[in-house]
Amino acid sequence: MKQPFEKVVEQHGATVLRVCRVIAGVHDAEDAWSETFLAAMRGYPDLPDDANAEAWLVTIAHRKAIDVLRARTRRPAPVAELPEAPTALGVPGAGDGDLWRAVAALPDKQRQAVAYHYVAGLAYAEIAEILGGSTDAARRAAADGIKNLRKNYPGAAMEGAPS
Amino acid sequence: MNMSADHFAFPSDADTLSRLRDRLGLAAEAQGLLDVAYTTIDSPVGPLLLAATPWGLVRVAYAVEDHDRVLDTLSRRLSPRVLRAPKRLDAAARELDEYFSGQRRGFDLPLDLSLSAGFRQLVQRYLPEIGYGQTRTYGQVAELVGNPRAVRAVGTACATNPLPLVVPCHRVVLANGTAGSYVGGPDTKKALLRLEAA
Repeated sequence: MKQPFEKVVEQHGATVLRVCRVIAGVHDAEDAWSETFLAAMRGYPDLPDDANAEAWLVTIAHRKAIDVLRARTRRPAPVAELPEAPTALGVPGAGDGDLWRAVAALPDKQRQAVAYHYVAGLAYAEIAEILGGSTDAARRAAADGIKNLRKNYPGAAMEGAPS
Repeated sequence: MNMSADHFAFPSDADTLSRLRDRLGLAAEAQGLLDVAYTTIDSPVGPLLLAATPWGLVRVAYAVEDHDRVLDTLSRRLSPRVLRAPKRLDAAARELDEYFSGQRRGFDLPLDLSLSAGFRQLVQRYLPEIGYGQTRTYGQVAELVGNPRAVRAVGTACATNPLPLVVPCHRVVLANGTAGSYVGGPDTKKALLRLEAA
C-alpha cells in the first residue's frame, strides 16, 4: 500500500534538504527542495509501491537542482553565495563556512556523487542511474570528491553508506 | 574528525523544514495537486483529525480511530496525495470550535460524501435533519429513510459515518433511551448529548 505523501515528506524531508544544500548550494537549497517535493507530489500516484522513495526523491532533486542553478546563472546573482572570509556569523545556522566552500569548489559530478552516497546513503549502482555512466565511475567520482574535500578541508573523513 | 551527513545539517533545520512544508502545502493547493488536505485540532472530546478534498470536508476522525490508520485509508481510497495543510480546514475548525462552545447549532460546510455509498450514504444524508438537541432512535431513522426493517443497517451507517459531529450520528440513540455505541466511544456520545441539552 502507498503511504500518504505527508509521510514521505516527514521521512525524507531532512535528507533531501541536506542533499540540496550540497548539490545546489546553501543559498538555493530551499528552492530546490520545494521544486523537488512539488514534482514528487505530482508524480507520486504513479510511483510503484515497492520503489525506493529516497532514491526516487534524490533523482528528482538532482534534476531540480540543475534547473535552479541554471535559472540562477541567467540572472545576476544579488549576493555572493558564501562569504569570502570566515565571519562570526558564517552561513546562517551553519557553523562551518570552510566546509561549504570546499564542497562548492568540487567539480559537479564529484559533488553530486558525494551528496548521493555520503548524505543520502544511496548505493553506487543507484548513483550511476542518476549520473549516467557506470557504477565504477560513480564510485570513483565519490572517492575523488572525498579526496579533494580532504585536501581543502583538512581532517575530513567521510563515513557513508556501505556499498 | 570524522565527517558524516550530520555535517550538512544545520541546527535550524527543524524550523526550516516546518516552513518548507507549509510552503509546499500552499504551492500544492495552488497547482491543484492537493487531493486530500488535513489537520488536527484539539477539542473537548480529544484531538480530531479533519480532512478535506477540493469538494469539501471528507473525514472527521476521533483519536480512538487512530489518525495514522485514518490517513492510510484516505490515501488508499481517495488519493495518496495527502498533505497536512490546515488552510483548507480553517472553516471546519472554526465551526467546530463554535459548536463546542455552544455558539453553533448547525454546520454550514461543503461535504464530500465519497467515502460512503448506497444505503449508508442515504442515512448519512438524512442525519443532519435531526436538529440540535434532538434525538431519534435507530428504528425511527429506519422508518424516516423509508426502510423500517433496516434498523441494523442504520446502526451500521452510523458506526461507519465518515463525518461524525458534522453529520450528527450521535443524535441516534437506543429505543430504551440510553445513548448506545458511538464511533468516538459511548462517553463522547453522552458528552455531546449533554452539550446539546444545555
